[in-house]
Amino acid sequence: MKLTSSILTGSEQFRANTLAHQSALAEIEAAQAIAHAGGGEKARARHMSRGKMLPRDRVANLLDAGSPFLEIGTFAAHGLYEGAAPCAGVIAGIGRVSGQDCMIICNDATVKGGTYYPMTVKKHLRAQEIAEANHLPCIYLVDSGGANLPNQDEVFPDRDHFGRIFYNQAQMSAKGIAQIAVVMGSCTAGGAYVPAMSDVTIIVRDQGTIFLAGPPLVKAATGEVVSAEDLGGGDVHTRLSGVADYLAEDDAHALALARRAVSHLNRAKPSPVQWQTPEDPAYDPNEIFGVVPADLRTPYDIREVIARVVDGSRFDEFKPRFGETLVTGFAHVMGCPVGIVANNGVLFSESATKGAHFIQLCSQRRIPLVFLQNITGFMVGRKYENEGIARHGAKMVTAVATSSVPKITLLVGGSFGAGNYGMAGRAYSPRFLWTWPNSRISVMGGAQAAGVLATVKRDAIERAGDSWSAQAEDDFKRPTIEMFERQSHPLYASARLWDDGIIDPRRTRETLALSLSAALNAPIEETRFGLFRM
Amino acid sequence: MFDKILIANRGEIACRIIRSARKLGVKSVAVYSQADAGALHVALADQAVAIGGPAPRDSYLRADTIIQAALDSGAQAIHPGYGFLSENPDFVAAVEGAGLVFIGPSVSAIRAMGLKDAAKALMQDAGVPVVPGYHGANQDPEHLAGAADAIGYPVLIKAVAGGGGKGMRLVETPADFMQALDSAKGEAATAFGNDAVLVEKFILKPRHIEIQVFGDGVDAVHLFERDCSLQRRHQKVIEEAPAPGMTAEMRAAMGQAAVLAAQAIGYKGAGTVEFIVDGARGLRPDGFWFMEMNTRLQVEHPVTEAITGVDLVEWQLRVAAGEGLPLSQQALSITGHAFEARLYAEDVPAGFLPATGRLDHLRFSASARSDTGVQTGDQISPWYDPMIAKIVTHGPTRAVALKRLEAALAATEVAGTVTNLAFLGALTRHQGFRAGCVDTGLIARDIDVLSHVAEAEVWQIAAAAALAIDLPQLTDPLAGFTLGGPIWQDVALEGVDNLRIAVTCPMRARVQVNGQEVSVHAADGGLRVEGAPELVRGICTGGRITLFGAAPQLFTLRDPLVRDRGIDAGADVVLAPMPGLVKAVFVAAGDRVEHGARLAILEAMKMEHTLTAARAGTVAEVLTHAGAQVEAGAALVRLEDEA
Repeated sequence: MKLTSSILTGSEQFRANTLAHQSALAEIEAAQAIAHAGGGEKARARHMSRGKMLPRDRVANLLDAGSPFLEIGTFAAHGLYEGAAPCAGVIAGIGRVSGQDCMIICNDATVKGGTYYPMTVKKHLRAQEIAEANHLPCIYLVDSGGANLPNQDEVFPDRDHFGRIFYNQAQMSAKGIAQIAVVMGSCTAGGAYVPAMSDVTIIVRDQGTIFLAGPPLVKAATGEVVSAEDLGGGDVHTRLSGVADYLAEDDAHALALARRAVSHLNRAKPSPVQWQTPEDPAYDPNEIFGVVPADLRTPYDIREVIARVVDGSRFDEFKPRFGETLVTGFAHVMGCPVGIVANNGVLFSESATKGAHFIQLCSQRRIPLVFLQNITGFMVGRKYENEGIARHGAKMVTAVATSSVPKITLLVGGSFGAGNYGMAGRAYSPRFLWTWPNSRISVMGGAQAAGVLATVKRDAIERAGDSWSAQAEDDFKRPTIEMFERQSHPLYASARLWDDGIIDPRRTRETLALSLSAALNAPIEETRFGLFRM
Repeated sequence: MFDKILIANRGEIACRIIRSARKLGVKSVAVYSQADAGALHVALADQAVAIGGPAPRDSYLRADTIIQAALDSGAQAIHPGYGFLSENPDFVAAVEGAGLVFIGPSVSAIRAMGLKDAAKALMQDAGVPVVPGYHGANQDPEHLAGAADAIGYPVLIKAVAGGGGKGMRLVETPADFMQALDSAKGEAATAFGNDAVLVEKFILKPRHIEIQVFGDGVDAVHLFERDCSLQRRHQKVIEEAPAPGMTAEMRAAMGQAAVLAAQAIGYKGAGTVEFIVDGARGLRPDGFWFMEMNTRLQVEHPVTEAITGVDLVEWQLRVAAGEGLPLSQQALSITGHAFEARLYAEDVPAGFLPATGRLDHLRFSASARSDTGVQTGDQISPWYDPMIAKIVTHGPTRAVALKRLEAALAATEVAGTVTNLAFLGALTRHQGFRAGCVDTGLIARDIDVLSHVAEAEVWQIAAAAALAIDLPQLTDPLAGFTLGGPIWQDVALEGVDNLRIAVTCPMRARVQVNGQEVSVHAADGGLRVEGAPELVRGICTGGRITLFGAAPQLFTLRDPLVRDRGIDAGADVVLAPMPGLVKAVFVAAGDRVEHGARLAILEAMKMEHTLTAARAGTVAEVLTHAGAQVEAGAALVRLEDEA
């Protein structure tokens, strides 16, 4: 049951793989440093000169000492808006506050005054989606000027735009998922509804303001001249308007009040699974860099990764002799039972039906699922179409889509085509979706896409009696290949929030454990599957 | 031997007596006040009897109640310990009157030594040297000068009615005597309305050396000396045996004098004869004088036990039960050297103020004798002596015993109350004390150095920060895990700015103190801190962090929820909380008001509401008057802006 690795850690290949992964990770870490720096030195200095804590310090001081922090969407808006919105101007993540796992959403006022770009809205909504799915109390550390006006068409009107934030707050409050706001700066216009819609609101004296229209707009509209503090400061809102409940003296005090508010939620974490005592893997997780080939096209045994992620490297593989391109089995990650579904080659009909079977097993037993994606897609060709691979694939997709157990998806390699669906891609609402720096995601490989387009074009050219030189075909294919390369890069994907973040592959185990722990704040409901096409 | 004894005491001495009794197969009965119901001596005893309220006069000083407890519990004898009733002859008489044995000397012996002047005279008659002096009524200057000559210079002229140094003159040579006498008498007359003076030998470098004696009512032996010169305002701090610089000749002389004193009063049991010794020119057989005799077991008796191997409480019980002296003088000898340090709950920098508090943590060195009457969780109550323990070490030489004392003190861990541990530790490192140059003025001379509190080192602050977040308990394998960099959290310690900590993984953290960064690792029952000389041990309880070790440090954690500024402290205007009738206004412009002071009464909804000042300040103006009907939110009184 304990996996046995066949990797030679001293080999040239191992060293080459490691170097390639290190370099891929370095690129991600550089992007992360940009995200963490927020609005840059000048804006940070100005922020602090007002006696305000930097947003990351606010998050840090809200958390319990030693609490892990599962940050989501770190790379959101990376390279978008000409780099104007690092981290999309909002920090989001799950951490422990007064012993409770909470979703923390913290505006970064050093980034364009904390205004909402389209990606800011998307990230805020994604954080709320996670909170709602996993029953995580939400703490909003508000310091934002509201919608980013130049981008108003992409942040205001649509369903998943600004208004959805408050809709979500109401929905979550209705489900008993606490909504707590700490107003540590501006809360203007639509933003005013974040504190107003919260169950409990704390505001910092002489610093936090809440109003539908700020002093300039008031003056323009009615001619009334009023200071921000008199219009909607902490004193006004805690004494006169009742929009806020607690008046804090400064950021540190406000965060302490928020911690106290969480301590009164009267909420115990459910325990829907049988935990075991955590145990380190028998194989060093740091070896992941060496065991995974640098080139996505080089096949490798996914069990080498599993052996470096799960407790004791123990893996009870299910149906090991059937549909071998999909590896399924039971294991524990830091004590939490999981069912692992991992690609070990292209999906055949057998692999798909095996996957569906295994997902049924885990759903019935209420065991969370972990998907390790490295998939070029379902097998193509007459034999496979004729035997109904679409029907078998549909079984797996149905199982993935309708299973109620928490699903955590990790892209460890390629995520191409319908394989992405069967393996709980973003559209299948896994509770969390993480990627490795070496992963790539697109509808198909760039070379294949260019090939398809070239074949179509060649057919047309040749039908017209013309000929198409190899050189011309290469020139035709190159832009497509380049576009796919750019768009399938994990930073491109993460910038658009197609995932929750890019992680260090060596920290896969901790990331999965934290994701599972967060997910298990919600009870596991009974699954009702859709119809399986037999 | 007795079957059962009652111990009319509490604390460490009660515990210590119980242990020796148990060793002899004797059952013990403890008595306790309401404040001591959960005390260690009650738990240790075979039986315990409640004897009254926490004040000593309501419990430990109630002779009749204690004797009744002894009779009721079937005890045959009463051990008084020290303090309380131990030297009260009426108590002894009552004990004996009740048909019980008093473990200690006779009524007459106690009486003889109880009156200090009479005791001195008695000793003088018995041939024991007393401090030379003239205490007579003849105030003729020439007579006094003659007395001074007889005593030998230097002498001290003291007002008979004196105190506080008034009317006191040190005279070095006969030539200065008359002038000094004049001025002393003048000062005494002014200060006390009585110009009578006495003349005493002035002892240049006084040392307090006492002899442990033991009698069986007929014979007596001595168990050598103890040096108790390290004193602070007549309170002994560290005692040792034998006395540094003691010669065989002088020891014999002092021992003989003490035995003489004991025999003179037919002494039975353990007693101590205290002498003042002139240490100015080394210890000399003609340089010691009787001061008083303590007719009980002394606090510092363990040092004698350490060097003689005798259990003095065992001797007390055996002799009280009718045995003769267990050992002859020839059979007694000194082995090595011993120290005792008295660990107190007291605030040394604040002038040795007695402290109270709950002992959140208490641990003693395993390699020293620690006599204590308290344990973790106990309260140091204001009712009794705040001594926590006596730390006793023994070694083949003085240097070794002292080194062991230093180590034992460094290994002593107390949290929940301030203690004199650092002060005791500083004493063990005092050069003069180390060299054996002791006198009763040593502590007073060097008090600033000895009570100096060292500024916290970076590693100590780092350790405090780690304890503040309870790093040793952060064992969750995911502790400190993030997808990005470490999470730096502020730690709010009083007096320490810019302190941050980041947990990097289970039980490990990095701490930033004013630009310096050190690593901390919880291991081996303590903290391994970068830059620390050794394993750091400490505890955080109730917002207070105590670091143990040779230089204990105390830190206070600020509660982030507690702010000096009240919720409405900034509100300068007192508003009507609802519509109503102003019934009365108590202030006028210019009045100074305290926080919470009554400003006005508003009658509304059939209720009278008192409006109070949200902060202290001066009334700038009163905006209403009695009888006025006001709206909700109406301004009633305005306070002046605070600068």
